[in-house]
Amino acid sequence: MTTAVSFQHVSRHFGSVRAVDDVSLDIAEGEFFAMLGPSGSGKTTCLRLIAGFEQPTSGHIEIFGATAEGVPPYRRNVNTVFQDYALFPHMTVLANVGYGLMVKGVDKPKRDAKAEEALALVALSGFGGRRPSQLSGGQRQRVALARALVNQPKVLLLDEPLGALDLKLREQMQVELKTLQRNLGITFVFVTHDQGEALSMADRVAIFNEGKIVQVGTPEDIYERPQTRFVADFVGSSNVLSPAFTKASGGPERWASLRPEKITLLRGNAAAPKGQLKAAVTVKAVHYQGASTRLNTVTAEGHQVNVTAPSSFGRVADGETLTLHWSADAFHVMEGER
Amino acid sequence: MSVTAAGTAAVDFGGGLLRRISDALFRKPMWFLALLLAPPLLWLGIVYLGSLFALLLHSFYSIDEFSGFIVYEFTLATYAELFRLSNMDVIIRSVVMAIAVTIACAAMAFPISYYAARYAKGKWKALFYLMIMLPLWSSYLVKVYAWKLILAKEGIISWMAEQTHLTWLLDLILSIPVIGGPSLSISYIGTFLVFCYVWLPFMILPTQAALERVPGNLIEASADLGAEPRQTFSTVIFPLALPGLIAGSIFTFSLTLGDYIIPQIVGTSTYFLGQAVYTLQGTAGNIPLAAAFTVVPIIIMLIYLSIAKRTGAFDAL
Amino acid sequence: MRSDGTRSAPWALKATAIGGLLFLHVPLLIIFVYAFTTEEKSYQFPPPGYTLKWFSVVWERQDIWNAIWLSVKVASIATVIALVLGTCAAAAVSRARFFGRDYISLLFILPIALPGIITGISLRSAFSVMDIPFSTWTIVLGHATFCIVVVYNNALARFRRTSGSMIEASMDLGADGFQTFRHVVLPQIGSALLAGGMLAFALSFDEVIVTTFTAGQQATLPIWMLNELIRPRQRPVTNVVAIFVIAVTFIPILAAYYLTRDGEHTGGAGK
Repeated sequence: MTTAVSFQHVSRHFGSVRAVDDVSLDIAEGEFFAMLGPSGSGKTTCLRLIAGFEQPTSGHIEIFGATAEGVPPYRRNVNTVFQDYALFPHMTVLANVGYGLMVKGVDKPKRDAKAEEALALVALSGFGGRRPSQLSGGQRQRVALARALVNQPKVLLLDEPLGALDLKLREQMQVELKTLQRNLGITFVFVTHDQGEALSMADRVAIFNEGKIVQVGTPEDIYERPQTRFVADFVGSSNVLSPAFTKASGGPERWASLRPEKITLLRGNAAAPKGQLKAAVTVKAVHYQGASTRLNTVTAEGHQVNVTAPSSFGRVADGETLTLHWSADAFHVMEGER
Repeated sequence: MSVTAAGTAAVDFGGGLLRRISDALFRKPMWFLALLLAPPLLWLGIVYLGSLFALLLHSFYSIDEFSGFIVYEFTLATYAELFRLSNMDVIIRSVVMAIAVTIACAAMAFPISYYAARYAKGKWKALFYLMIMLPLWSSYLVKVYAWKLILAKEGIISWMAEQTHLTWLLDLILSIPVIGGPSLSISYIGTFLVFCYVWLPFMILPTQAALERVPGNLIEASADLGAEPRQTFSTVIFPLALPGLIAGSIFTFSLTLGDYIIPQIVGTSTYFLGQAVYTLQGTAGNIPLAAAFTVVPIIIMLIYLSIAKRTGAFDAL
Repeated sequence: MRSDGTRSAPWALKATAIGGLLFLHVPLLIIFVYAFTTEEKSYQFPPPGYTLKWFSVVWERQDIWNAIWLSVKVASIATVIALVLGTCAAAAVSRARFFGRDYISLLFILPIALPGIITGISLRSAFSVMDIPFSTWTIVLGHATFCIVVVYNNALARFRRTSGSMIEASMDLGADGFQTFRHVVLPQIGSALLAGGMLAFALSFDEVIVTTFTAGQQATLPIWMLNELIRPRQRPVTNVVAIFVIAVTFIPILAAYYLTRDGEHTGGAGK
């Protein structure tokens, strides 16, 4: 397996701000790689380091084995789909898509043909004569994608590309992007703050926090086995439980995460089945969500636990007492506190 | 390095000289910045600041009264000359005129700006803006010349006074001591009118800009809280427009102080600051005293600017 | 209570505003009337008769043609210099935050913030100190200095509106700095530069205060007019030239306005 992008102890500081802090990372060729994290966590800076818009303060970056430091963006066979699309307003859609070929000196008939091909790839055949201002948000985003892909990049960088789209379009584009990446075999590096997007599309996900990578792994790894409280908190809506709670419910005295859907509910103060861990709680808030109901509950000691009640469970009232139980292996014990 | 399906390298080092220059500038962004800044900075640094320095230098020289040549020796004698009664007279006259013009311009500019900012909409607004911009940019000399025609003894104002049988009023105004004169074009009133006319757009634009920034809902909020229109004006609108008026006054004040053409064409034979400078450097050839005279408006303007800065007027420029 | 949005202005305010605009425009119109007067010696109003002969008189006058030619030459050269320097300065200031940036902007604005007479007498002193004889170039030197800021203001406003990611996108797609400038930056700022250039030309073509200090015995068109105003010879000839100057400066101003009208206020801090 070839390494497409390799970060070795890369840092990027802006004055006293450590935007990227000692990040080491390998992205394999043909991989759909997501960088996930809250805003300001350093994921976009990492993307800009790959594109060449930023230079590392220290450390080493390789793109397909070639040293990237000091190499300007126009010399990197890496293309970007920008968050605001950055289409050139003074050019037609066709000229936008053919721009990369034009500056490389490809003659007009050939580059127009290639640009048409790229537009067909994103289902925008026949839109070549329009101006970017005449397109909808979703269409602009496809043009931006075609404009990058027409150059046959070795790595395609996508900076929150679906952020500006409405929910329905976003879900549709997620599927299309994934299919496109499979068919083209190009390495995709995808930056997002939406955990659902990252988990559903990526082969592997890197979670960023405060300039550092806190965990890298497959979506299952990240979701099922978060290594730190931050990951458990940020990805999905897992319960992060303190050592005191874990011990009281019959588990080890360690920080642990527990997915709401793995908890079974009983009404009143009931006995749990044999071998199960349990906790008695009071309902604090009820959020009806259609197929299920989400409950915020609290134990007598003040530990908060979120649970999901299936619709078959019936109505739950505020202040009602419930018994929660779950199997011992539903607990995921975390390494560190953070 | 491996070859992929696309068959291209991940990093491409081809390209000609321009690309290599571009590379070098990319690697040293500060050099690029320096390269961009150097030509304009050198120009302004050498031509403008250099000249200002030469001016300052000259003000510390003096002129030999017999030969008329400049004596290149450091002296404060030239500055001392400024305090002669006749020279102080010129300075005071100019400052008083600048203050009067500034106040008159502010009074005229406010209603125009207020109307343009609050009531003019769409096409009218664009037209209004253009109607203010055109006189601002149109030829300064032509504007002054137009007023020479209007104010002349045989000109339009006299004619209109005659037609409306108001010649007595015009004569009454002209007979006012000090500011009056034989005709409007040979009186301080005339000079004052032309100054106001020429600099008025410089007051309107920043005032309008400041008024545009007053949110409409602020006025409604004030009305909603029971303020009378007059109270709304004095407690909400005027304080918010003040930075714009002050920004405009920087122009009207500075421009009046430095002008030497208007009082030369329309006005009495007494000198204003600009005329004094012009005559001294020209026919009199006394560049040191001209330079010392010029330092006066520079200092007045610096004081004025530092006061204006405290009121936040610079944001309205 | 007034709740509807379509309020109309109080009539007194409206009248004052319109009166103010008339005050600004009527004097310029009067020049047109005077260009056709048959009265040669005074500014008599209304003119005793009307004639077109002054236009042909102006056409025959070599001194006027010389003045026009000098003005065009000076304004063209000053505009080119201002375009190059003003664009460089705007690109640098809009591009990056660096130490002393605010002082640099102040320096560019200074030549129009201080009275023109200061620029004029300063240059005059410098020429005198350095023994530089008056020439076309001494006039250009002064004009370019105050024209830079006009181009600078226009270009800066446009640079600020142009999204920075556009330049990054161009580089990302393989265009080097020069290609990016040609294909992306120039088309974006082109109309602003055109507008700035036209205003700079109009400003230079009309300038008189600084020019009197830097021209020596040469006469640009405004200097010629000034001389006529102080010592009138054929008054209606001056009127015709004044109309010509109005036309030459109005056209670029109107054009510049239409080139930049989308949300930009052009060179509000004019001369």
